[in-house]
Amino acid sequence: MIYSEKVMDHFANPRNVGEIDNADGVGEVGNAKCGDIMKMYIKVDDNIITDVKFKTFGCGAAIATSSIATEMIKGKAIEDALQITNKAVVEALDGLPPAKLHCSVLAEQAMKAAIADYYTRQGIDPTPFVGEIHDCEDCEGCH
Amino acid sequence: MEKRFIYADNAATTCVSKKALEAALPYFTEQYGNASSIYRMGMDSAKVILKAREQVANAIGAKVNEIYFTSGGSEADNWAIKGSALNGAKRGKKHIITTVFEHHAVLHTCQFLEKQGYEVTYLPVDEKGLITPKQVEDAIREDTCLVTIMFANNEIGTVLPIAEVGEICKAKKVPFHTDAVQAVGNVPINVKEMNIDMLSLSGHKIHAPKGIGCLYVRGGISLPNLIHGGAQERNKRAGTENVPSIVALGVAITDACADIDTKAIKVSKMRDRLIEGILKIPETRLNGDANKRLPGNVNISIRGVEGESLLLTLDMNGIAASSGSACTSGSLDPSHVLLAIGLPHEIAHGSLRLSINEDTTDEDVDYILSVIPNVVKRLRGMSPLWERICKTEGLDSDGNKIK
Repeated sequence: MIYSEKVMDHFANPRNVGEIDNADGVGEVGNAKCGDIMKMYIKVDDNIITDVKFKTFGCGAAIATSSIATEMIKGKAIEDALQITNKAVVEALDGLPPAKLHCSVLAEQAMKAAIADYYTRQGIDPTPFVGEIHDCEDCEGCH
Repeated sequence: MEKRFIYADNAATTCVSKKALEAALPYFTEQYGNASSIYRMGMDSAKVILKAREQVANAIGAKVNEIYFTSGGSEADNWAIKGSALNGAKRGKKHIITTVFEHHAVLHTCQFLEKQGYEVTYLPVDEKGLITPKQVEDAIREDTCLVTIMFANNEIGTVLPIAEVGEICKAKKVPFHTDAVQAVGNVPINVKEMNIDMLSLSGHKIHAPKGIGCLYVRGGISLPNLIHGGAQERNKRAGTENVPSIVALGVAITDACADIDTKAIKVSKMRDRLIEGILKIPETRLNGDANKRLPGNVNISIRGVEGESLLLTLDMNGIAASSGSACTSGSLDPSHVLLAIGLPHEIAHGSLRLSINEDTTDEDVDYILSVIPNVVKRLRGMSPLWERICKTEGLDSDGNKIK
């Protein structure tokens, strides 16, 4: 298996690792059984994601996709952040091995879960904006 | 401590020894004759193959004409199992006994045979990764055509009671095969004393090149061919002999088996220091048996950390290691070996295998022990799973109980 230089860079020097104490939205996806858990924190100011942090338990690709996902949504308006797909995450990393594509899905879901939580805290039903957040159980990766 | 490069994955493969390489080199460019040819250069090849066959036979207590060179351990396993299955079917015997934690070369071959109408009993292993001879005895039936049990496990290093199983199989007149790929050169083996009927071994685990191995088949057992064609290997395994690699295997196995006891004392001392040192990290556990263990095998699960990211970070620090985590092998399921000894998925995902050998030094051990705690701390620091474990179990971020 071969990881791109970009993946290795984000793995070795992950951006935005950590937690935000007074986050406006927190999303967690994945489970320990599958070997990947991503937790994302966002700070939202005037509809703009002003800060984002993550914590990930998982393989190199899981850490790299979460890292680059935080870079991709930081400074973006929520609507624009919601447009980011797992495919965009893969492209930004110069590709992922086929067996690791599910990590990019997880990264997309983690962003969406954090935004969904933000909406919920605002008293807004997130489903029309965010859609369904898929749990790990739906993933065919390890079953 | 200054960064260095340490290869701690000798269970995956080893470097070719200089001695084996030098012995092999002339057979690439100068003495390249086909061993089946009648002229001098061909006969020379046939002679060195014979010498290597003697060396391999001596190393495991076999007779020369019981050694068949193959492309490696996987081919040898396939041949022994499929051949025994075909032999069994002729007498209406279509039952095979193995264990749940064999190498895939054995497991997948057995699964293939199940699809062909064979019945396979997969003996469970206990939490240390061991079986009892009685389990084998109880599983043997009238229609059992083969017992195949690994000598030593490739992931957790447990050494199984092969001589005892051999005795039972002999008494019950059931052919007994063992995959000894990890054991050869690390554990004394004598196929006659241990009543082993067939044994697979691989060159590249003992400082010979990749792509060479052998199957020992006890005289009196006639296995049908796996590979048909020319008359090589006494008509039993077709294909022009890989002369340089065969020569290298002869040299390498002689060295590997020359002084197993002294080597084992030296290597297991370093192994135990590694185990003891890594287990100082809270929330870690040793996988496999502490005593019935290959001298060079360390396998430890580290809670809250995922195996592949652990390996990548170790590599960044100059340490080449392996994991029970199947992420490394392209499948996402955790290791079947770790699940077989009863580890839950989330713990099986975070395992580290270090396999050292006689080339490893005390300084290497010191270096590994200086690196691992920092790597674990870094990965745990960014792990939401670790965060949850600490919270629910009342641990601080280093994993110590909060009083």
